[in-house]
Amino acid sequence: MGSQGGFNQSKEFLDLVKSIGEARSKAEEDRIVLSEIETLKRCISEPDIPKRKMKEYIIRLVYIEMLGHDASFGYIHAVKMTHDDSLIVKRTGYLAVTLFLNEDHDLIILIVNTIQKDLKSDNYLVVCAALNAVCRLINEETIPAVLPQVVELLAHPKEAVRKKAIMALHRFYQKSPSSVSHLISNFRKRLCDNDPGVMGATLCPLFDLITQDVNSYKDLVISFVSILKQVAERRLSKAHDYHQMPAPFIQIKLLKILALLGSGDKQASENMYTVVGDIFRKSDSSSNIGNAVLYECICCVSSIYPNPKLLDSAADVISRFLKSDSHNLKYMGIDALGRLIKISPEIAEQHQLAVIDCLEDPDDTLKRKTFELLYKMTKSTNVEVIVYRMIDYMISITDNHYKTEIASRCVELAEQFAPSNQWFIQTMNKVFEHAGDLVNIKVAHNLMRLIAEGFGEDDDNGDSKLRSSAVESYLRILGEPKLPSVFLQVICWVLGEYGTSDGMFSASDITGKLCDVAEAYSSNETVKAYAVTALMKIYAFEIAAGRKVGMLPECQSLMEELLASHSTDLQQRAYELQAVIGLDAHAVECIMPSDASCEDIEVDKGLSFLDGYIQEAIEKGAQPYIPESERSGVLNIGNFRNQDHHEPSHGLRFEAYELPKPAVQSRIPQALLPSTEIVPVPEPMYPRETYQTPVTPIPSNPSNAGSAELKLRLDGVQQKWGRPTYTPETSTSNSTSQKSVNGASAVNSTRETYASRKPQVEISHEKQKLAASLFGGSSKPEKRPASGHKVSKASSHMVEKSHVPNSSMEVASEKTVPAQPPPDLLDLGEPTATSTAPSLDPFKQLEALLDTTQDASAANGATAASRSPDVMALYADTPVFLHNKDDADLLSGLSNPSVTNMPGATARPQLTQSSSKGSNPKDSLEKDALVRQMGVNPSRQNPNLFKDLLG
Amino acid sequence: MIKAVMVMNTQGKPRLAKFFEYLPLEKQHELIRSVFGVLCSRPENVSNFVEAESVFGPDSRLVYKHFATLYFIFVFDSSENELAMLDLIQVLVETLDRCFKNVCELDIVFNYSKIHTILDEIIFGGQVLETRSTEIMRAVEEISKLEAASNAITLVPKSASGWLSR
Repeated sequence: MGSQGGFNQSKEFLDLVKSIGEARSKAEEDRIVLSEIETLKRCISEPDIPKRKMKEYIIRLVYIEMLGHDASFGYIHAVKMTHDDSLIVKRTGYLAVTLFLNEDHDLIILIVNTIQKDLKSDNYLVVCAALNAVCRLINEETIPAVLPQVVELLAHPKEAVRKKAIMALHRFYQKSPSSVSHLISNFRKRLCDNDPGVMGATLCPLFDLITQDVNSYKDLVISFVSILKQVAERRLSKAHDYHQMPAPFIQIKLLKILALLGSGDKQASENMYTVVGDIFRKSDSSSNIGNAVLYECICCVSSIYPNPKLLDSAADVISRFLKSDSHNLKYMGIDALGRLIKISPEIAEQHQLAVIDCLEDPDDTLKRKTFELLYKMTKSTNVEVIVYRMIDYMISITDNHYKTEIASRCVELAEQFAPSNQWFIQTMNKVFEHAGDLVNIKVAHNLMRLIAEGFGEDDDNGDSKLRSSAVESYLRILGEPKLPSVFLQVICWVLGEYGTSDGMFSASDITGKLCDVAEAYSSNETVKAYAVTALMKIYAFEIAAGRKVGMLPECQSLMEELLASHSTDLQQRAYELQAVIGLDAHAVECIMPSDASCEDIEVDKGLSFLDGYIQEAIEKGAQPYIPESERSGVLNIGNFRNQDHHEPSHGLRFEAYELPKPAVQSRIPQALLPSTEIVPVPEPMYPRETYQTPVTPIPSNPSNAGSAELKLRLDGVQQKWGRPTYTPETSTSNSTSQKSVNGASAVNSTRETYASRKPQVEISHEKQKLAASLFGGSSKPEKRPASGHKVSKASSHMVEKSHVPNSSMEVASEKTVPAQPPPDLLDLGEPTATSTAPSLDPFKQLEALLDTTQDASAANGATAASRSPDVMALYADTPVFLHNKDDADLLSGLSNPSVTNMPGATARPQLTQSSSKGSNPKDSLEKDALVRQMGVNPSRQNPNLFKDLLG
Repeated sequence: MIKAVMVMNTQGKPRLAKFFEYLPLEKQHELIRSVFGVLCSRPENVSNFVEAESVFGPDSRLVYKHFATLYFIFVFDSSENELAMLDLIQVLVETLDRCFKNVCELDIVFNYSKIHTILDEIIFGGQVLETRSTEIMRAVEEISKLEAASNAITLVPKSASGWLSR
């Protein structure tokens, strides 16, 4: 066969290919292709095209589509070609549709019928072509249409067909495991096929099945081992040899399967030792495929229950790989080493110099693989060298995907094994500087927390040193041009928090830098927000320390700009800053305590500091607060209980009038409950009933395979009902979790021991040093707990801290108000309430604010509030002082007395009562009694309120 | 499983592209382009493996082999062995060589559908089907023989409109 190969192409096609080949630019190529598309569009729609011509057009379409141009106008013609009788036309049609269409394409429905017919064809080539199409074009819904035919083909006399049928079935399994779950035994059966090729094909689906569920296939271990033995002993015909190796692809698949089956199973593994040892000995290490088999043996050995002899052989092969000149083998060697050190960590050191060579290799793939290995063998003694190397490499690459990965690995290693916090901060700085925007924001928060918390022990001196060094390094780094946003956020936060704390830098230094940042990254609002908040902190600390604040001119201009900013967040921060600067030292210290970012903010959820006030109110005759859960819907019952509790003697009297109503209320849900319970019962019965009717044809299904196409739809319906029975997934999760557990324990064991030993070969001093630092040194088996522990310890307030910069509202609320006062009970007019509150009292603070600022409006508002209930005016004033909803509530609480004008009467429950109650006479009666019972005389204080209540 | 087989020349022109999982046309081309970008930047005498996760998503490896003016590229997942895939490329090329006697780029360009036939005999639905090039050749030859026969029969005019109307 010459280059025409019997697949004669027309002159037009040759011309097309040639002209495209000669095109000098992409634009020229596109032009040629577009004109070709026009030609084809015209030609293909002409009537009565000879078949040969049509086939030619389709091939040209396929070619055009491969070049990246849309050829969808011709799809329908390709579909038509599959209907043709002529084998060559049919095959071309199938080829085209498998390349053009996907399984969910609309045209598939036109092909399914043809495929069904072709699967039953006498010509095995037609069958093969159809099976090929089945693999590609059949989706979950159409599987039942072809499944019977495919299953029948498993017994086809031609082994080529049997092989493809198995593969097709495998494909079905991949697409929809439930649709073929009843046919899985076929794979086991085909394992015993006379033809080794068919047996080899069966290994593909079995490998998948075993990956999903190891335990159901343990019985096959013996069979697999004996097959592997026969293959390795050259019992197969010579025809199966490949480069003098007996059926190497089958060996590889079998070894993969054995690795799965033997993982963590001593008994199964013991069956495999002999044959794997044999293959180690027999495999030809001079050919590529021989090495492939050897590599697979190592994978198998490192996966199954360890055997010292096999591990030795594996180590030998690894050292052969690593010493080889071939980069491919080095790569495999590094990969294999990574697998084996999990079991026997000591083998790494034999190869330390080879590993270092790979690290400096010009081959990027090999380098990455080596970094993966180093990552696996990092421990506290070599973390500095490894992370240093990784960062160096990270800086040198441009591939963002891998940069992200290696950055996250650096961070992970640094967090786990950091020898000192100083080092950790420096490392993080480097990572942020070079891959900042690729790093998870959480890492930045971790870094901030570490700087804020220091060593976690009581070493304040060390902590402040750490912070000073961080501040110093950040001031230096700020000089760099273009820093990543995440890193800038960290820098701003640290500068704001600790910039002036050690007295090394003056406030004007730091604020100047911060203003520079805000200016240089003016398009980045988050960074700006961080910078403004940092400015606020610096000024606050200055004020608190009693120093005079002189705002830099650039800072002032920045403020002016931000006060008019479109971003409400920035604007608010700017206003806050302005307000803080106007306050006195005491108030500022309360708002912005120095170095308090790690202090736990105590939230007294029980509001115990109000107990005294409540007690007093109740003594005065106020109604106790009823929790919302008790209040809703069954308000009356709650009231009754309370009344009973207080004055049992009145209980009887109310019972006579009021019992029917709550009884009805409670009875309704009871009556409803059983009915809702009954409803679901018949529901599952429906599917069950309908399910049973179509279920009956299923068994007859495979045998009826040959019957008419009408069956197609029926099958689909059955499948719909049958689907829920699918279960294998639960077992999947089991097996994977089991695996990961094994993996974890293996990893732990790798950290055990690395004895230091001198490199055996005379190599340059530098390399030896590197090797020593990587592999040598006594190792600490356990991970450094300090930082890792800290992470978990601190994670609780991490949450609070992480959103500190996000909303200054919360900053204010966390720092000024230790607890959320309940708006209902607030009454500033009551001096006793404030006196019982804890030392950090919001009310006092508020009072202090109001007093000192002499900004009359709020104070006036407070006093005015008692006169006129102008709540809106109060709200309008509040933001200047505290941009805080709670405080706003607090102030609105101020106005409460003026509205209700009745100390001690808790407004909310009653008001809701009044709104929920209609003018029902019974209700009003009840109200009346209730009011009298609480000892409140309606006429005494505020008749209006009670008028409303009583209707 | 094998995810894709590509053949492209050293200028980045695709000569064959077969994806075993469906991908939209644009995506296919993006992948071909980015694979070429990776390959042409690799120095001589390095390994035949490339980390492909940034291009093809997680759990994907790429093995390529450079013959004269062509790159042969296989993309696959962790259930295959890299060295074995390298040999599968060898199988493909050996088969092409047998088929075309000293295969060159032009053979692949002009015998587009035949290359697909050969590839279909080697890889089926993303799994390795056959690795013996003699066996593959036998199957391909049989196909072309039967095709030629069926072609000869259908050359007897059967009224072209006849098959269109079906």
